Amino acid sequence: MITSSLRKCNFMDYFLGITLTTDLKWVGFEQVHCIKTTGNCLKTSSGGWRKSFKMGNWIINHGLAYFILVVWMAINIFLFVWFYFLYDLGDRFFYTRHLLGSALAWARAPAAVLNFNCLLILLPVCRNLLSLVRGSFVCCGRTMRKQLDKNISFHKLVAYMIGLMTAVHIVAHLLNVERYYNSWHGEYDALSMALSRLNDSGNTTYLNPIRSNTTTPNLLVFTTIAGITGVIITLALILMITSSMEVIRRSYFEVFWFTHHLFIVFFAGLVFHGAGRIVRGQTNANPPYNITFCKDHIEDWGKNKMCPVPQFAGGFPQTWMWVIGPMVLYVCERLLRFIRYIQAVKYRKIVIRPSKVLELQLVKNGFKMDVGQYVFLNCPAISQLEWHPFTMTSAPEEDFFSVHIRSVGDWTQKLISIVEHLPEGAQGPKMGVDGPFGTASEDVFDYEVAMLVGAGIGVTPFASVLKSIWYKFKDSNPELRTRKIYFYWLCRETHAFEWFADLLQVLEREMEERGMGDFLTYKLYLTGWDQSHATHVMVHADADTDVVTGLKQKTNYGRPNWDKEFEQVCKENPTSVVGTFLCGPVVLATVLSKKCVKYTDMDPRKTKFYFNKENF
Amino acid sequence: MGKIEWAMWANEQALAAGLILLTGGIVGVAGQFRDWEFAAYAIAAGVFVCLLEYPRGKRNKGTSVERTGQYCFTVCVKSFGPLTRNYYVRAFLHAAICVPGGFILATVLGCVCLGIASLIYLAAAIRGEQWEPILPRKESARKPVGESIKLPPQNPPPRPPAEMRRKRAEDLEAASYVNPIAVTANDD
Repeated sequence: MITSSLRKCNFMDYFLGITLTTDLKWVGFEQVHCIKTTGNCLKTSSGGWRKSFKMGNWIINHGLAYFILVVWMAINIFLFVWFYFLYDLGDRFFYTRHLLGSALAWARAPAAVLNFNCLLILLPVCRNLLSLVRGSFVCCGRTMRKQLDKNISFHKLVAYMIGLMTAVHIVAHLLNVERYYNSWHGEYDALSMALSRLNDSGNTTYLNPIRSNTTTPNLLVFTTIAGITGVIITLALILMITSSMEVIRRSYFEVFWFTHHLFIVFFAGLVFHGAGRIVRGQTNANPPYNITFCKDHIEDWGKNKMCPVPQFAGGFPQTWMWVIGPMVLYVCERLLRFIRYIQAVKYRKIVIRPSKVLELQLVKNGFKMDVGQYVFLNCPAISQLEWHPFTMTSAPEEDFFSVHIRSVGDWTQKLISIVEHLPEGAQGPKMGVDGPFGTASEDVFDYEVAMLVGAGIGVTPFASVLKSIWYKFKDSNPELRTRKIYFYWLCRETHAFEWFADLLQVLEREMEERGMGDFLTYKLYLTGWDQSHATHVMVHADADTDVVTGLKQKTNYGRPNWDKEFEQVCKENPTSVVGTFLCGPVVLATVLSKKCVKYTDMDPRKTKFYFNKENF
Repeated sequence: MGKIEWAMWANEQALAAGLILLTGGIVGVAGQFRDWEFAAYAIAAGVFVCLLEYPRGKRNKGTSVERTGQYCFTVCVKSFGPLTRNYYVRAFLHAAICVPGGFILATVLGCVCLGIASLIYLAAAIRGEQWEPILPRKESARKPVGESIKLPPQNPPPRPPAEMRRKRAEDLEAASYVNPIAVTANDD
């Protein structure tokens, strides 16, 4: 399982004109960082760097993402400050403030930020709606659409903000409740006492929610709507957060997924949280009410024209207005997923590959995919509720779509065992398919020469890419500018990837038949070799095909020597523009981007390497 | 829900609960709330729970990810032997610790969270899980060749019998050695 640590771009990256962005892409049953790096990496003949070019690059690559973050943060800050001053300076809350101090504003400001963020948090997880948005933004450039791929990152960011604001909100309210309690018991000044003792009968309305001598803060919380809902939703939030920790999410996905459904409890409680109207402001605070006079003349309340007895009422609950829209959208999203799930999916072919890899070729009405996209699969026979993502390994030119499923967890193991027990030629278990999702990786086709590097499970999207390139080549599709492909496959062992070796074999054969043996050059690097491997290879050194994969190209052991590889590409393609694409660990991206820089020539007639910035 | 190790989640929950207890306690003491003694207790309890729960246990299956700098905590926790290894003990310990937190509002949340963590630990204990320390791996894994490679060879290298090795007069080129001084051909 690839768990790479995300390395943030540092100053040297910007200086060198290279920026790294990674996207979490679902490949197999795992999330892999698929690297999009950018850079016109140009070196001057004197060895210096052209700085003006770098800034332009940075803005193009990251500008939009940071702009969105800045806007989001600005809205948060604005809401916080606005509501803080509303409660801290407004006349309506003068008396409330007298009892509570600035903790009132400190509780209400995060509440506003929470409203906004609870609105936002449901939106990034509506993947079908995002696909719809993405589809309708075809005109607006890929950069914009690419931001939609970062939806889960945004969801997490908003969740952190919700957690933080909840903490501030709770601490402030703890102080508030304590102060209400103390006010009731006369531990503060006379005004506080008077305000607290305002009755809720006849022609007076109360301010202090604590209405009797026996009400403790604990009791207050558990006998008010705001208190009970607050405790319940906070508990739900904490459980959601602890089960979403990376360790739990990656190892025990079911715990994460089922616990996360507590969000239903969260939103239900949130909507009712303000129904008790426990934060009260003065309703008759407008002139002729003279607050500066009245606050010092408690005895004149009700007797002086300037000082009628202050009346209080709670504010109208507003949270539902913020969250109702996204809640409706989310319900639509789940409905849409359900509808897609009901749509018939037929099995065209089921193949069990070596090392317990299952290939499913499926057909669904109206299904259109692009290279590098993924789908979610659901099999009610295994689990009614679980949807698992898989990158598609078929090309868009084919009339079916396929996925290769490895046995990595409960769900995949059960699926494989169900399929193994099927009679020959029978249809597989009923399957629901949601998707396709993800931004397509069409840029691969734009480069004359393409260097594709797939590491470990990152090789899966390349199956789709390679097949598509081959189909386009055979049909002389004008979209395809690629004339030569260098494919580097790095893995610890070929276990569970024999199907990919088979694919390469098929392509190899077809190319030879057409006399196009040079179109694809691929190299396999086994980084997990040991003594027995080496001995085996030595013994079979003279064989025509490789002992491990059966391919014409021999397997290499250890990591590639990138300098040599880049030199070879330069030598064989002296005047071309080379696009480099990687799907694998971030560390490798750093290495490749540096080589990219090193081997790009300033001379426009010579070879130039581009680490492509598009999604992959 | 297959092979879930409940202890992993219980650990996250308990650590979070410890931090919440600690925060609630600090607020209670700093704000000089009524019955602030409970808040003071919560600070101590929160710190204790955090220290106990910070070192992650080793997973039965798969790689265990350590928390940063947890090694010294691992050593401390390990030294209590069965008290910390057994999850029943932890479940009851957390249940007992959390009770005083329920008396004042500031620590009620920490109390409930710790109670939930205690329940998850109980589930883990019932399933027979145990806390194993994550210790640095000893370098014994890499042994592709046996020890005998370090000793000088006991046997000569395999080669054909002497008769075949001897130089033949009719086939001087194929011989595998060259005489340093000329000798007469040996007919055999």
